[in-house]
Amino acid sequence: MTNMTDPKTVESGRSVSLDVRRIIATNGVPILFLALSITMALVAGLNVTFLLNEVVTRLARNSLLVLSLLIPVTAGMGLNFGIVIGAMAGQGAAIAVTYWGVTGVRGFLLACLLSTPIAAIAGWLAGNVLNRAKGREMITSMILGFFANGIYQLIFLFIVGPIIPLNDRRLLLPSGIGVRNTVDLINIAQSLDKIWRPVIGGVRIPVVTLLISAGMCVVIGFLMKTKMGQNLRAVGQDMHIAEVMGIKVDKTRIIAMILSTVIAGWGQLIFLQNIGTLNTYNSHEQVGMFSIAALLVGGASTRRATIWQAIVGVVLFHTLFVVSPLAGQRLFGVPQIGEYFRVFVAYGIIAVALALHAWQGRQVRRRAAEEAMLTE
Amino acid sequence: MERSRRVLEMKGITKQYFGNTVLNDVSIALCPGEIHALVGENGAGKSTLMNILFGMPVIHTTGGFSGEILIDGEKVDLSSPAAAMQAGIGMVHQEFMLLPGFTITENIKLNRETTRQNALSRLFHSQSLDYLDVPTMRKDARRALDRLDLSIDEWLPVAGLPVGYMQFIEIAREVDKKEVKILVFDEPTAVLTETEADRLLGSLRRLAADGIAILFITHRLDEVMAVADRITVLRDGETVARLNRDEAVVERLAELMVGRKVEKIDLPPRHKDPGEEDLALTIDNLVVNMPGEMVRGLSMTIRRGEILGIGGLAGHGKLGIANGIMGLYSSSGRVSKNGDDIPLNSPEQVLLKGLAFVSEDRRGVGLLLDEPIERNICVTAMQAQNKFLRSWPHFLPGLRLENRGEIRAYSDEMIRKLDIRCLGTTQPVRSLSGGNQQKVCVAKALALDPEILFVSEPTRGIDVGAKRLVLDLLVRLNREHNVTIIMTSSELGELRKICDRVAIVYRGRLAGILPPDASDAEFGLMMAGGVRKEAV
Repeated sequence: MTNMTDPKTVESGRSVSLDVRRIIATNGVPILFLALSITMALVAGLNVTFLLNEVVTRLARNSLLVLSLLIPVTAGMGLNFGIVIGAMAGQGAAIAVTYWGVTGVRGFLLACLLSTPIAAIAGWLAGNVLNRAKGREMITSMILGFFANGIYQLIFLFIVGPIIPLNDRRLLLPSGIGVRNTVDLINIAQSLDKIWRPVIGGVRIPVVTLLISAGMCVVIGFLMKTKMGQNLRAVGQDMHIAEVMGIKVDKTRIIAMILSTVIAGWGQLIFLQNIGTLNTYNSHEQVGMFSIAALLVGGASTRRATIWQAIVGVVLFHTLFVVSPLAGQRLFGVPQIGEYFRVFVAYGIIAVALALHAWQGRQVRRRAAEEAMLTE
Repeated sequence: MERSRRVLEMKGITKQYFGNTVLNDVSIALCPGEIHALVGENGAGKSTLMNILFGMPVIHTTGGFSGEILIDGEKVDLSSPAAAMQAGIGMVHQEFMLLPGFTITENIKLNRETTRQNALSRLFHSQSLDYLDVPTMRKDARRALDRLDLSIDEWLPVAGLPVGYMQFIEIAREVDKKEVKILVFDEPTAVLTETEADRLLGSLRRLAADGIAILFITHRLDEVMAVADRITVLRDGETVARLNRDEAVVERLAELMVGRKVEKIDLPPRHKDPGEEDLALTIDNLVVNMPGEMVRGLSMTIRRGEILGIGGLAGHGKLGIANGIMGLYSSSGRVSKNGDDIPLNSPEQVLLKGLAFVSEDRRGVGLLLDEPIERNICVTAMQAQNKFLRSWPHFLPGLRLENRGEIRAYSDEMIRKLDIRCLGTTQPVRSLSGGNQQKVCVAKALALDPEILFVSEPTRGIDVGAKRLVLDLLVRLNREHNVTIIMTSSELGELRKICDRVAIVYRGRLAGILPPDASDAEFGLMMAGGVRKEAV
């Protein structure tokens, strides 16, 4: 321990490595996607105003869903594919509100209120399951999502109608059993967006919806500064150490799941009020996959994700979503190629991010082992 | 040190694990400001005693313990780590309980953060929504670090700090606890260099001078002599000695720590004794990256036809040697057999060179637990040497199927020869007893026709009678089939029973090689890093 009295050697060794190459290396994924988006936008020859309009709309529509992923990542539970469960809770609430005929912002708020306990219970259940599958949270949450989809279908295809009476021709399938494939959410459609939607430079900005997302960022930021946030981080880094230090690991992880599921429920409601129609049996299915892809495009990993990564990810991922079919149309005359490309990208980025994560994890372990040897 | 007052007394502690007595009527007492050393080999019961003192769940899920614990003369019930902390007991863990992504401050204050109320936490009456009071936390951390004379900045992240610092941060965390009266150090110097260790001992003295009672667990005897006021020696779960420092001598301590009667069995004679001129294996500067059992540059030679024992305390790398050479953990260095280099990091190549391995991890690496005995015996030979296979059909030369008849015949022979007690060759090995499983492992290694056999912890987890049979089997293999055997074991007694020479590994390197009839003190000293010596 020659440098015991000189801690600066430790510190200066760190700051030197903060050069440009490191920035590129640590932000490789978003930079790659930025380049890809710009290239495609140029190829498609897009109108900037159109693109901005699309991206702003999608930012407002999707960011809450992506933000809902942050807390489980912090708690070391990886990417929560289980947010589809929260989305289902949101959809159930949206159908109920439509049936009751509560309109406008009041309808939207009632739907949020209604989805919260459902999502909280679902999150609690999911958290309990994940506590029994430590180390395999991601695949478990994904399968839980599929399982929940089965229950969701059971409820809305068979139970609604005969068991839960629903006297509304517009909602029920012609047979009188089960909810229609498509539900027109006239009551809450655009209810938040249209409160105040100024046009700035040709871009329509749904201010209230964006403010809600910003508010959620503030809330998550606040949470991270509290004792609970510290517990979440500690559990995320090492469950064993947290346990020995007296932190209630299982409880903390369940809280993370509940928060994530509830936020996802609200996120899905924001998504639906923007779209205006509900695909009863499909709207939720891709929510997990696309939100996770967006977060990863923003440069997050399964172990580290920040608010900014979520926002940057939404912007980049959805820019690519808008421009790639148009670029495909322009280049090959077939929009499907662009369409194909963006689906390919969505799944590809998840695969690459997960593989990269595993690889980096191994590198880190090897380096740690080498360092341990060098200290001798 | 106030001799009159007792801050901690543990009286008549007895603990059994599944009918196995690991602590028998152990008592220990500490005065304020005393440094009390607890020495003993691995398995002597030190860790169990500390787990009891710290209220670890492992104690209470295995039926608790008998005896009583008194703090400041009052009987206490330490049923959880939280209760122990409350009672004023601090523990510096052997493995670091530090989160690499947190700063030094955050680690020192882990789950004891100072917090500040805010509107939301007041609204919900929830402490977990309180803000962290970072300035106060930093001030506390600074004070704790200063007390240890550590000038490092308290806001640095722990990741990337030298290992030496980490130990001190761990200590700072305990020191920061206002209520700490008793501090337990579980082998704190195991990962430190010598200067770091000296510094740590200095801190220990300083803390003791502040009136904290210190229980210092170690097997480095020179450190014991340097700082301890009193010494308790444990062996096989019993107190074998209580000494004041002025009564203790290193040699005597070593003898007390290791000493047990070695029952000598008469080994069958050889035609020709193995000698230095005929080497089976040369190991040169072997480095093995096996977590917890690092080998850090070990060189030695193995004579043809001998049984070489490898001993040493847990964590010093004795298990890493065989695992590294066999390619199960990444390794570097040079290993040659008959002057022929053995490729490292390639288990297949090593097997082809006539080396075989009976792993210490019998149920994990050694056996396919749900497969029948016969497949377990033959699988490695099938994979590595294409034995027990036949080509079929003949016009497809690449396609090989297992040769059931040959497998059955060979397994039957092995079962008979090694006396494996089973229902037949098709019994799954999971349902065999530990000793018989171990025999299957040996049979599996023998199917490779090895010239050199590595055997790690062959008697771990098997009962006394079976131990004897396994050791006899190894001797028979050595004498009758002239297999060179390198046996790694935590039980010095069994190494001394059947080996020709016993190599002791200390901190990943060879400390020395002793004849099996060397004295207890010699073995004890060498294992505790006392002297470096090339004998035999």
